[in-house]
Amino acid sequence: MIFGYPLLSVAIWLPIIFGLLVLATGNDRNAPLARMIALVGAVLGLLVTIPLYTDFDRMTSAMQFVEMKEWIRHFNIHYHLGVDGISVLFILLNSFFTVIVVIAGWQVIEKRVAQYMAAFLIMSGLINGVFASLDAMLFYVMWEAMLIPMFLIIGVWGGPNRVYAAVKFFLYTLLGSLLMLVAFLYLYLHSGGSFEILDYHQLPIPLNAQILIFIAFFFAFAVKVPMFPVHTWLPDAHVEAPTGGSVVLAAIMLKVGAYGFIRFSMPIAPDASHELAGFMIALSLIAVVYIGLVALTQADMKKLVAYSSISHMGFVTLGFFIFNAYGMEGALLQMISHGFVAGALFLCIGVMYDRVHSRQIVDYGGVVNTMPVFAAFFMLFAMANSGLPGTSGFVGEFMVIMGAVKVNFWYAFAAASTLVFGAAYTLWMYKRVVFGAVANDHVKHLHDIGAREILVMAILAISVLVMGLYPLPLSEIMHASVNDLLVHLARSKI
Amino acid sequence: MDMHSLYLIVPLAPLLGAIVAGLFGKWLGRTWSHRITITLVAVSFFASLAIFQDVSAGNIFNGPIYTWLTSGDTSFQVGFLIDKLTVTMMLVVTFVSLMVHIYTIGYMEEDPGYQRFFSYISLFTFSMLMLVMANNFMQLFFGWEAVGLVSYLLIGFWYTKPTAIYANLKAFLVNRVGDFGFLLGIALVLMVFGTLDYQTVFTNAHNYANDLAPIPGVSWNLITAICILLFIGAMGKSAQFPLHVWLPDSMEGPTPISALIHAATMVTAGIFMVARMSPLFEMSDTALSFVLVIGAITALFMGFLGIIQNDIKRVVAYSTLSQLGYMTVALGASMYTGAIFHLMTHAFFKALLFLAAGSVIIAMHHDQDIRNMGGLRKYMPITWITSLIGSLALIGTPFFSGFYSKDSIIEAVQLTHIPGASFAYFAVVAGVFVTAFYSFRMYFLVFHGEERFGKPHHDHDDHGHDEHHGLAPGQKPHETSWVITLPLILLAIPSVAIGFLTIGTFLHTDYFGDAIFISDEHPAMHEMYEHYEGAVGMALHGMTTLPFWLAVAGVASAWFLYLKRPEIPALIQKRFSWVYTLLDQKYYFDRFNDWFFAGGARGASRFLWKFGDVKMIDGFFVNGSAKVVGMFSGVLRGFQTGYVYHYAFWMIVGVSALLTVRTWFA
Repeated sequence: MIFGYPLLSVAIWLPIIFGLLVLATGNDRNAPLARMIALVGAVLGLLVTIPLYTDFDRMTSAMQFVEMKEWIRHFNIHYHLGVDGISVLFILLNSFFTVIVVIAGWQVIEKRVAQYMAAFLIMSGLINGVFASLDAMLFYVMWEAMLIPMFLIIGVWGGPNRVYAAVKFFLYTLLGSLLMLVAFLYLYLHSGGSFEILDYHQLPIPLNAQILIFIAFFFAFAVKVPMFPVHTWLPDAHVEAPTGGSVVLAAIMLKVGAYGFIRFSMPIAPDASHELAGFMIALSLIAVVYIGLVALTQADMKKLVAYSSISHMGFVTLGFFIFNAYGMEGALLQMISHGFVAGALFLCIGVMYDRVHSRQIVDYGGVVNTMPVFAAFFMLFAMANSGLPGTSGFVGEFMVIMGAVKVNFWYAFAAASTLVFGAAYTLWMYKRVVFGAVANDHVKHLHDIGAREILVMAILAISVLVMGLYPLPLSEIMHASVNDLLVHLARSKI
Repeated sequence: MDMHSLYLIVPLAPLLGAIVAGLFGKWLGRTWSHRITITLVAVSFFASLAIFQDVSAGNIFNGPIYTWLTSGDTSFQVGFLIDKLTVTMMLVVTFVSLMVHIYTIGYMEEDPGYQRFFSYISLFTFSMLMLVMANNFMQLFFGWEAVGLVSYLLIGFWYTKPTAIYANLKAFLVNRVGDFGFLLGIALVLMVFGTLDYQTVFTNAHNYANDLAPIPGVSWNLITAICILLFIGAMGKSAQFPLHVWLPDSMEGPTPISALIHAATMVTAGIFMVARMSPLFEMSDTALSFVLVIGAITALFMGFLGIIQNDIKRVVAYSTLSQLGYMTVALGASMYTGAIFHLMTHAFFKALLFLAAGSVIIAMHHDQDIRNMGGLRKYMPITWITSLIGSLALIGTPFFSGFYSKDSIIEAVQLTHIPGASFAYFAVVAGVFVTAFYSFRMYFLVFHGEERFGKPHHDHDDHGHDEHHGLAPGQKPHETSWVITLPLILLAIPSVAIGFLTIGTFLHTDYFGDAIFISDEHPAMHEMYEHYEGAVGMALHGMTTLPFWLAVAGVASAWFLYLKRPEIPALIQKRFSWVYTLLDQKYYFDRFNDWFFAGGARGASRFLWKFGDVKMIDGFFVNGSAKVVGMFSGVLRGFQTGYVYHYAFWMIVGVSALLTVRTWFA
């Protein structure tokens, strides 16, 4: 507890309280007020998380900013919060993106503004809760609760096929999480009545049980990442979601799944993780190569970026399961970078969609002629998506490839194919959409991005460049925790 | 000022120029944009000169600037290595860049993207400098990709032209194929050496001389594998066969960048890289032999393609490919200094040829077809003389710069004994004739003979495609403005003299010192020291050798076929039409790549998506299981009708069933 307030609780509850306040403004007559409150809430929500970074002790791998209160005594469930060098980054990223989506949805959303803004704020608080929970039940509650706002965002403000997408999203992820709950209950009984995640890390478990636990967690987390072959909900969800929904989905929600692997699967079942590493690596590489190829011929820009997300997340799971520092830190950096880049790309598509009301590549062509400023930003993000050095997209991919070659040259070989595929699908799309002569009347009458859009793009552009040119501050904060995790993983727990 | 700040100024000054012109170009206007960027590139050039003096005095710098990232026990630095090799490259890059900046004022005069163009070429200068000044592989890769980015942006500078945006995508992707190998090479280096720092890697390399590469399934020597992977990167960037396909198309970009990026600097990055890695390449004859053969193929076969091109820029482009092949051959022959020497002389005369071609293009009102030119020497004397100088340098006329570098390469190949050397020797010697022939074919067609401009274009490729290019009937070309001719003159001077002045220092003293390492097992360079008889002696001796006479023959044939008897080429073309078609189709590389790689990838993509994702995963598993649940619930729903008598009926059935079972088992 620093500055006299419980930082993590504030990070969780402040956005939620503001979300409820926004909701209280009621119908669309008060939309300007709702927007203002939402913005204040989002900005405050970001500001209160800054001490998490500045006051973070980089020397230790122990949990910091810990809060511990009894919640449900009968089941020994606690309101137990804390962050290490891994989870803290995602709380910052999430709070950052809440501001972005509030600004991005400023004028675009005209119907049910209060409810829209409230959904994002509440979701932001819940996601912070997911990353900060040290109690399995608390984690589970936050994990399931965060689905609800996203379900509503897709189902209410989404496209024509939104109901199919929302239900697919919800069922897919819910089915996975139920198995996780079973795993928690097993661990609860096995540990003699504890829901403490950190206790589970130290708990000796026989290999067979570890494997079952790993598989149960796998379904919960692999769906969220998403890993091949349980990825097909994502393109549908993205296509139907409103821009802000896609941004949070890509930038934050997918990270929750990957986070699950390093907070639960790997430390709780390290022997099973080693046992099943080959399987995980195979799925990751399939994601990189297969999905990279599938992205190439997508006609819908959002689908294309969604597939590209899956392909990039393949690097994350690959990095985890090669069990070395390059891979692990590369994967974490890739998660952050992917947040910036995929988020930015969805915003770019949103900018065009707001004007033309189409996401089909064929409906565009020559956008640069009428929107030069936008085209410049889009170029930067497209290059970041292609993993150009100097942008954030390079850092994680580079590190994971460096790590993969240590394990097996051919892993690195397959992963490095993204240099070609990633550039091919991103830049081919860019060429067809942005370059060329003005293709039609819609494009001819486009107006370039305004101050609000420039602000959002510029913030993301700076993030992408700074992280690409100087990733040290991000990697520094995770060293102690990553090293600790690697040491932990090297020990058998049977 | 201390040297450290000077090192920083060299790359950062152009970067500042790029940022200012890029972000505030509109507000600054054209004049201030070019003033600022040109001044800053000039600053960079003069700073490089000062550093050159300092390095010549023996002050080599190798140190970090900042730590980019740390992970595990490894620290990834951004840092500089300033030695003779670096500083030579810095001078070439900043000087040519400065010339191109000035030239651009004239060439891009009427272009609406004026400020953007200046921003890009300054950004390029920054990236290229970061590449050559790097002291580690990570930063090398950083610069390597950054120059690729700027090349992409500049080839597609005229973004409404379909050919331009096709060419820039192609260039980027082909380069990425090379980078794919390059990155894996870097990964192997990091894995084996635990660091990406050049110096540490080079000093420790001999410990791994006999190790096998950690590549499951193949048993290659470690150093060979690293070198070949790195060289695949060079094949992309320096457009070596079979990754050469992007360079001719890159001519879609404005001419100044063809000179700067696609002739003088960026495409030579691969050559520079291999020279920088000489301690590694020297350990592997297999890798050197691979380099040598690839270079030789490029040198000869790309030259052939130059013969039948009619676009003035494409002739120069194929000549660039061929000359890059010469440099690569020099690398393969362990003559790294010769490769760098040729890189330098080539930078001057090829930039000159490109800029002169640009001057012609302006005078011709953007008609690039040499069949529509002729007799221009009367109208553009400066362009004419400087082009002649450039061409003479290119074909290796004694006393001109190109002679010294190319002749040294040919001699070195002759003295080399690694596998492939005899083929390489044949290729580079035969290449001399080809070079002379296509260079002077172009020269004669452009500057001499009948004036063919100002006529309706009967045999023009994109006839009627672009209305406003070409001279109107009766219109005469005229010499371009001083901002264009001044760089031509300034580049013509080193094109003539730089070889004569510097060959002694470059090739026959230990100029590069520790920057370049040559193993005792490759004595070709050393033997050349012994034969050297001074710049004048070498030129006089050169006139008695085969390459010289081949060059003369090439010029003479070009003169005979294109000035004396211009009807003959058409006959040859008809008689040997299959050769012509083969060359015209560029050996069918583009066709094949389009069909196999581009088409194959799209086909695979569609198949995987439609079959894998849509049909199997979604159709069968996801929606299939939903359907099963639906069917099952449909059956169950049948029982829940809401009618009391239905429930009563099933209750009775149930009760009787239970009773039956009970009595049965009791």
